[in-house]
Amino acid sequence: MQAVKIVVTGPFASGKTQFIRTISEIEVVSTERRISTAAERAIKDQTTVAMDFGRITIDKDLVLYLFGTPGQRRFDFMWEILAEGMLGFIVMVDSTRPETFREARNILDTFRRYAQTPFVVAANKQDLEDAWDPEDLRIALRLDGRVKVLPCVATRRDSVKTVVLELLYSILEELSASQR
Amino acid sequence: MALKGNLRDFNTTQLLNLIHLARKTGTLTVESRNGTARLCFKDGKLIYAALDRQDGRLADVLIRAGKIRPEQLKAFDLTHLQDDKVLGLKLIEAGYVTQQDILNSLRAQMLDVVYRLFSWNEGVFRFEPDLQALQNRIPVPMDLENIIMEGARRLREVERLKEELPDLDIPVRLTSRPEAIRKVQLSTEEWRVISQVNGRNTIEQIMRRLNMDEIQIRRIIYGLLQAGLIELGAPPPATPPPGVPARGPGSGVSRSVVEKLINYFRRL
Ligand SMILES: Nc1nc2c(ncn2[C@@H]2O[C@H](COP(=O)(O)OP(=O)(O)O)[C@@H](O)[C@H]2O)c(=O)[nH]1
Ligand SMILES: [Mg+2]
Repeated sequence: MQAVKIVVTGPFASGKTQFIRTISEIEVVSTERRISTAAERAIKDQTTVAMDFGRITIDKDLVLYLFGTPGQRRFDFMWEILAEGMLGFIVMVDSTRPETFREARNILDTFRRYAQTPFVVAANKQDLEDAWDPEDLRIALRLDGRVKVLPCVATRRDSVKTVVLELLYSILEELSASQR
Repeated sequence: MALKGNLRDFNTTQLLNLIHLARKTGTLTVESRNGTARLCFKDGKLIYAALDRQDGRLADVLIRAGKIRPEQLKAFDLTHLQDDKVLGLKLIEAGYVTQQDILNSLRAQMLDVVYRLFSWNEGVFRFEPDLQALQNRIPVPMDLENIIMEGARRLREVERLKEELPDLDIPVRLTSRPEAIRKVQLSTEEWRVISQVNGRNTIEQIMRRLNMDEIQIRRIIYGLLQAGLIELGAPPPATPPPGVPARGPGSGVSRSVVEKLINYFRRL
């Protein structure tokens, strides 16, 4: 039995837990706890303090794990542990909250230091009226044209599936390039 | 699609950079304690700017610029005062102003509005893809690169610069659109920085080599970045902390595994 993993990262409340929950075959295991600060409570009523953990059985020999990182900086010691051995990662961004874009960029840079694996950016919450366009997000996050910035609605299965597939395509491409 | 936010989180320089790079057409409205600014853009160029209701009207602009006296307008039909294009023609015909006077005054007024906007630290903004604010006004296209550079030069909050550029240990490279550089008027200091940008030198190395201080180099790099003249190179891969192997992309995993995953998700 081989296990591979993909990490889902991004700022607080960007939709990481939702993303994993939408596609996981098991109830997402997340060590959730009541939030301590009022500011965090105003955004949502629960947050992850350890990590989300989802599983997808591909066949009898292969299982894919999805890990969600805790977004808050005070847990970033977890990140490098999570990054170890990952196939690639997804950076979730709440497209409706420009106040989190800088943080998203910082998280992305930090992750790239842990591992030079392929990644995609998911411009999440595209179902909401105030969502920024993925192409505007690309410029706001200073991502060059090669980085995939994908529209995403983490509550919809087909949308989550597309994002995962795009990441897998990038991984396959990198593999082909490195074998050449 | 919405483009909304607060200048607190996404400042004027960044907004203009976005509009410039995405070559947007539409109207940016910013509401703050200081008033309401309206800026119109066509294909990523600034074409009109006004602060509060009346500020951008040709008659007001020319009077403020000292090009005409209010009495001179009395001779005109009120309907001419509504449409700036008609009014402009009438004023030229009457020999009160030249076309150049009109363009220069409008440009100066636009810059005045934008530079004021740079000093706003707070304000709710939205960008809408229509040009209604332009009705009855004369559009004067202006490239944003110079305006953005000037905005960065005026940026006084050092904290902001630190937030935007947390890490100086990053190489910088010239943009893939070299033609952009030709259009911009750079200071000697800015040129000196540009001359050191080669995709290998980090910001910190450039700072040392040019004997600049941190604030100076941050401000210049920030301006050049926002004006789209340079780009940040990929941060150098840090030596992985003990226990974390330096993995190449997907190393340790075979093609067939990735293909299996792809097939699975395609069918899902
Ligand atoms: N409308 C909408 N809400 C979303 C979407 N994704 C997540 N959310 C909501 O955003 C909030 C934060 O999501 P969560 O997954 O807990 O964020 P996390 O902190 O990144 O794990 C929750 O209330 C979610 O239901 C989306 O695509 N659209
Ligand atoms: Mg969560």
